[in-house]
Amino acid sequence: MLITYREALNQAMREEMQRDPRVFLIGEEVGYYQGAFKVSKGFVEEFGAERVLDTPITEAGFTGLAIGAAMAGLRPIVELMTFNFGILALDQIVNNAAKVRYMSGGQLSVPMVIRGPGSAAHQLAAQHSQSLEAWFCHVPGLKVVAPATPYDAKGLLKSAIRDDNPVIFMEAQLLYGTKGEVPDHDYTLPIGRAAVTRTGGDVTIVAYSKMALLALEAADALSKEGIEAEVIDLRTLKPLDTDMLLASVKKTGRVVIVEEGWKFCGLGAQIAETIYSEGFDFLDGPIGRVAGEEVPMPYTRPLEDLAIPDLARVMSAVKHLL
Amino acid sequence: MNDFLTLYRDMLLIRRFEEKSAEMYALAKIAGFLHLYIGQEAVAVGCMHAIRPDDYAIAAYRDHGHCLAKGSDPKKVMAELFGKATGLCKGKGGSMHLIDVERNFMGGYAIVGGHLPLAVGLAFASRYRKEDRVVLCFFGDGAVPSGHTHEAFNLAALWNLPVIFVCENNRYGMGTPVEREMLLYKDIAERAKAHGIEAEQVNGMDVLAVKELVTRVVNRMREDPQPFFIEAATYRFMGHSMSDPAHGHYRTKEEVGEARKQDPLILLKTKILQEGLGTEADFKQLERDVIETVTECVKFADESPFPDPSSLHEDVSVE
Repeated sequence: MLITYREALNQAMREEMQRDPRVFLIGEEVGYYQGAFKVSKGFVEEFGAERVLDTPITEAGFTGLAIGAAMAGLRPIVELMTFNFGILALDQIVNNAAKVRYMSGGQLSVPMVIRGPGSAAHQLAAQHSQSLEAWFCHVPGLKVVAPATPYDAKGLLKSAIRDDNPVIFMEAQLLYGTKGEVPDHDYTLPIGRAAVTRTGGDVTIVAYSKMALLALEAADALSKEGIEAEVIDLRTLKPLDTDMLLASVKKTGRVVIVEEGWKFCGLGAQIAETIYSEGFDFLDGPIGRVAGEEVPMPYTRPLEDLAIPDLARVMSAVKHLL
Repeated sequence: MNDFLTLYRDMLLIRRFEEKSAEMYALAKIAGFLHLYIGQEAVAVGCMHAIRPDDYAIAAYRDHGHCLAKGSDPKKVMAELFGKATGLCKGKGGSMHLIDVERNFMGGYAIVGGHLPLAVGLAFASRYRKEDRVVLCFFGDGAVPSGHTHEAFNLAALWNLPVIFVCENNRYGMGTPVEREMLLYKDIAERAKAHGIEAEQVNGMDVLAVKELVTRVVNRMREDPQPFFIEAATYRFMGHSMSDPAHGHYRTKEEVGEARKQDPLILLKTKILQEGLGTEADFKQLERDVIETVTECVKFADESPFPDPSSLHEDVSVE
């Protein structure tokens, strides 16, 4: 069945809420407004206002509430209207959700999902265009997932909801309308596994979320020039699928990492470090990185385009290595 | 033992436990930050005597008293302070993060104001499951101006959640007196009322008054869930933590001496003796029992092993 990324998320949450009465959805505009990006369309009608909770605009408060509810055994899904607003809930996520299991010596767990769009859309300017995944990946106790396709989005969101740990589930506003094949039957995908979305022997392009689609586009264009790139879509950012990364690097010997977030201390730095320390002997040269420019996102389109990785820059980075 | 003597015993256990903790800190058996509950015992004990074992309690970092009053094994609490494997949290939490899920003591939290939304979430879970369990959420006056606090108040009020916010106003947020924390400091309960939460002030040195108020509130809350705010006027007799003396930079010896006249243990003991609810012999016996318990705690903690190095990476995530 060909459906959008948005519909895939909707199906995943709906199926899990039908399956488990402990699952509930909480966030700004998730109910009667049908979700700021219409991801929870039809939910309040189907599940009622007790399980689909519209909140005031208080991210710290409702995220903390959900953490407390998870500590008591419920399985909340927190929708952040965007991860930019998640910064307001960062204390709750980092100091409570990620840590109570450890601080309690394993007595407590926080089975919850915190999801919503991250990264830039079109001209939303500095405060609404951030890719903050590296912040969450830094914190022990959190899992971080960032799917690129409807198939992955559905299978991984269902796994995230069933996971007994806090899972940060990062979507992208520009992906909501993208379409892909999703099976009719119930399925889940394991958290922690990357996917080789294109095989090739000359270079490995590592990316995730929106950038995984750009990497495929770049690989197709490079192929026309006689360069065969292998593309790895990480899908889960933490825990990182080191085995799959190393297997590909062993084959190609060259790596370009593409991410939309800022370069300094970005996720690509960690991925490169993992490859350098565990697969140095496989490498034929330094690892290339294409990342967001080190600026707050500008509003105006020509400057915004310059700040985000694009096809030309990914292709150029690959050619630079060969 | 009648209820009055039980209340006294529970407060005495906290008092002697805390005194022993200070002693162990001086001997470097306990490290890190240590915030003693001495002076505030009537609040935790009065509150816990008004709820059921299946009700939740959650507190800030000055949490030994609440944990003990909720019924945790004092030996495990002391072992946790010592950082031992036999501690409540296997030595991973420490003084500020005592957690005892079996007793529904959901923890001590050390980001001021940060646990109030958690408390509201526990209350949410109770209502979601159509249970009548209530939540006692303890915090200090210093947490009142925090944003988390007000977001928690708003959600609890908006969704009629069964949580009792117990503000232990000990007059200082660390070393800053309450009148320098907020303009409207004389009636902190007004903050909660502004969010539509009913509120009352109580003498937090009077364990009977605390118990009476919380009992009344809880009985109603089980039938008709909605939050309640209590401002318990109290005083800590020791410094904020072991890093500052009981008096000095920010408060005078005379002020502390004056507050000590309202010692919750002395107040209750006087009442018990005056009204013939107990004898000097009863108090002597309680003192002996409690000292014995605390001595056993130290012995247990001292003799327990530190956690095995292999446990470092355990309990980060559910596997």
